[in-house]
Amino acid sequence: MLPEPAKRELIAILGDDGFKDDPQSLVTHSYDGTPMQQALPDAVVYPRGTAEVSAVMKTLYNHRIPVVSRGSGTNLCGGTVPVQGGVVMVMHRMNRIVGIDLENLAAVVQPGVNTKAFAAHVESLGLFYPPDPSSMAVSTIGGNIAENSGGLRGLKYGTTKDYVIGLEAVLANGDIIRTGGKLMKDVAGYDLTKLLVGSEGTLAIITEATLKLIPPPKAKKTMLAMYADLYDAARTVSKIIENRIIPATLEILDNPTIRVVDDFAKLGLPRDAEAMLLIEQDGEPETVERDIARIEAICRAERATEVSVAKSPEEALKLLTARRSAFTALARLRPTTILEDATVPRSKIADMVLAIGRIARKHNVSICTFGHAGDGNLHPTATTDARDHDEVVRVEEAFAEIFEAAIELGGTITGEHGVGVVKAPFLEWKVGAAGIGAMKAIKAAFDPYNLLNPGKMFAKETRKRVVLQRG
Amino acid sequence: MANPQLASQLKIRLDEDQLTNCMRCGFCLPACPTFRETGVEAESPRGRIALMKAVADGLMEPDEAFEEQMNHCLGCRACEPACPADVKYGRLLEQARDAIEDHTRRHRLWVKGVRRLVFKELFPKQSRMRLAGKALHAYRVFGLQRLARRTGALKLLPRQLADMERILPAGSGRGVVERIGERHPAKGEKIATVGLFRGCLMDTLFTETNVHTVELLTEAGFEVVIPKTQNCCGALHAHSGEAEGARDLARRNIRAFKEAGVDFIVSNAGGCGAILVEYDHLLHEDSDDREDAAWFAERVKDVSELIVRYGRVPSFGPPESESGEERAASGSERTGAADAPLRITYQDSCHLRNVMRSSEAPRTLMRRVEGVEFVEMFEADRCCGSAGIYNLTQPEMANRILEHKMEHANATQAHYLLTSNPGCLLQMKLGVERHAAGSGMRVLHIVDFLHERMKRDYQSTV
Repeated sequence: MLPEPAKRELIAILGDDGFKDDPQSLVTHSYDGTPMQQALPDAVVYPRGTAEVSAVMKTLYNHRIPVVSRGSGTNLCGGTVPVQGGVVMVMHRMNRIVGIDLENLAAVVQPGVNTKAFAAHVESLGLFYPPDPSSMAVSTIGGNIAENSGGLRGLKYGTTKDYVIGLEAVLANGDIIRTGGKLMKDVAGYDLTKLLVGSEGTLAIITEATLKLIPPPKAKKTMLAMYADLYDAARTVSKIIENRIIPATLEILDNPTIRVVDDFAKLGLPRDAEAMLLIEQDGEPETVERDIARIEAICRAERATEVSVAKSPEEALKLLTARRSAFTALARLRPTTILEDATVPRSKIADMVLAIGRIARKHNVSICTFGHAGDGNLHPTATTDARDHDEVVRVEEAFAEIFEAAIELGGTITGEHGVGVVKAPFLEWKVGAAGIGAMKAIKAAFDPYNLLNPGKMFAKETRKRVVLQRG
Repeated sequence: MANPQLASQLKIRLDEDQLTNCMRCGFCLPACPTFRETGVEAESPRGRIALMKAVADGLMEPDEAFEEQMNHCLGCRACEPACPADVKYGRLLEQARDAIEDHTRRHRLWVKGVRRLVFKELFPKQSRMRLAGKALHAYRVFGLQRLARRTGALKLLPRQLADMERILPAGSGRGVVERIGERHPAKGEKIATVGLFRGCLMDTLFTETNVHTVELLTEAGFEVVIPKTQNCCGALHAHSGEAEGARDLARRNIRAFKEAGVDFIVSNAGGCGAILVEYDHLLHEDSDDREDAAWFAERVKDVSELIVRYGRVPSFGPPESESGEERAASGSERTGAADAPLRITYQDSCHLRNVMRSSEAPRTLMRRVEGVEFVEMFEADRCCGSAGIYNLTQPEMANRILEHKMEHANATQAHYLLTSNPGCLLQMKLGVERHAAGSGMRVLHIVDFLHERMKRDYQSTV
């Protein structure tokens, strides 16, 4: 429950329909896309514009009430679960595309704009916004910015951070700042734009974004290669890049994933294959043809057992089915699906996939791995049942070892999902004690009373590092 | 106000596995009509499941707002194809409504009385439906309708009911069996024997469509039987929390079609078909009926799906002779050159699409009609707001959805808007009357449209 005066002030700012604290609203804002994370807020607010966000923040600041800003709540790190109660701020009503600037190839949007709808609108104007997180049909641009979302196109086109060139944001005390602009060059002071992207709602509330757009590729081609040995697949990935080809998509599925997908979609895949690569190239038609021919040759030279190149968009769609149904196929195996995103340098993919398999067997849990081979961003996915406490503990132990293995290979604990609650105990493993100190100092400068998404990013206690056994 | 009985019943009845299977990814949100209208999480499938789970976990009391939220769902089940984890949302919703129906404190006496009359005394008894049909027919034919309209008696009805009264077709006391008999041989070589599920609303309000369905099926090579002992499918019961009534009707229907010895059970109403294909689930706890229910469920097919997948698709061309009604209507038809092709569009029946998972077959048939241009309506896969009796119980949301639907319908510039379910048909008629009155757009069941254009290859030989 909020203190009565705070509630009265918020209703005065937002009106009756902009403030809710009935049980139904609290329960339905107690979770996000993360398994086994739930905490009730004290109220939910729906601001209609920057001025309201600013006024709300002034009130919350004066009353020292925590706030979690939220789009569609699809993140996988517990980033929008209000673990310390307070107010959940839903950005859905701020969902306007403010303008598309064709001269500067830039878009200005409010944070509640749906990612897919925005991408489609941009496309209808003959332009391209590449970041494509799997949740884009549901997610919002604001959420993507807060989490610095990636997607399948990361290797060639980069992630959300590469397209955010300006922001308007409200600080903890209600002050409004503007960063960057429709500018390709801007070195005036610290780069607050980049700092706020991926800050998971812990530094400020984003109320408007300026996004870079690019011309779309003219052609696209899709192909698929199967391997009997994981290292052959991994070498293919490295060789493609070595040959100065950057594919638009370069995805890998491991053997357990291939089997699950084949069971689900009945695609007639070779069930003993150790790896499958899905490769797409886009660009000028001649370049695409040439690149795909060269990639095909590399696949064969690296002992692919089967290579298929789609001759039509329909065939391409068929080849894409295996990768596209991976998540669905896994989600149907068991009630609880835990999708992680340990990431390694791309030359270490085979080592990482094998390490994951070894760790899963050791802890007697089921983990399938698929992901973005081109940028080393893997999705080891555990299928389990939240009601089986023993198994859940084993899964957690397995993931701790997987994070350790990733770091040992020069990688990171999270490539695109964010830290939130679930990775907070592991953050120090990646950035070190001094790194945590620097980040906490930044947090304190922006948010001295720890009101913005408290309990995220920094854990009370760092988890003890696990010692990996070789073999 | 606390309602401990309802809370404990929800804990017992809600399927814990299904509640756990929801991983809260949110992929259902953009598919949900009420979420799209409101942008409020509680109005989404993920939100509603979270509410059910919160009640089952004892985190929340099932208060009046909870009951209202469960009733606010259209039950269109567009969330199910969108769900990666295959959560059976429709079942959870039925379980929640079932518990609410038994333990709510909100129904006033007259509502309970009306529901009892409709669910227990009217729909399960075909003879009474007939009687209702006769009454409706009399209301139309003997000038009572005119009288009611002129005296303003209709103003006493809520707007939603009064609007419905205007678009209701002339009822009939004679159903399809009374009109054309029980058994109809296939034209040409027989492919299979199918049992027609006539449907109580279909057979009372749209008897003609049932007759046309039989003729379309025989033309496509099916022998058609219409078991007389069949009755209401139970969909309205199941969706409104009267599960026991639905089970009873299911058992009787299974017996009727089993005795008739059919290869398929064919439905021309998506709303009925969807519950028929789920009889196996409806009776899964019933060891005596389980096997027969599975036999029944796997044989249920929508009329379009059956013809496209198993039948000899008849040729469809311009109608041989325009009916008088059509000539009269053509005066106000959409303008365009006389030789321009007729434009048609289609509104999916949610339950046909999302539960029976059939959306291509009707489109395939429509594209086969010579001299007709099929135009896809934007978001044809979205609920029209009819949703069983939703448009009567939740008129405000239903009207908002209908208004958006008609914007898309108008944008197609179609002469005909076709559907595959009587509820959608009536709702779209209401939509045309309210939002496209001058357009001359006609709303028809797809079977009636196809029947009129069917070339009878076997007419002279059989």
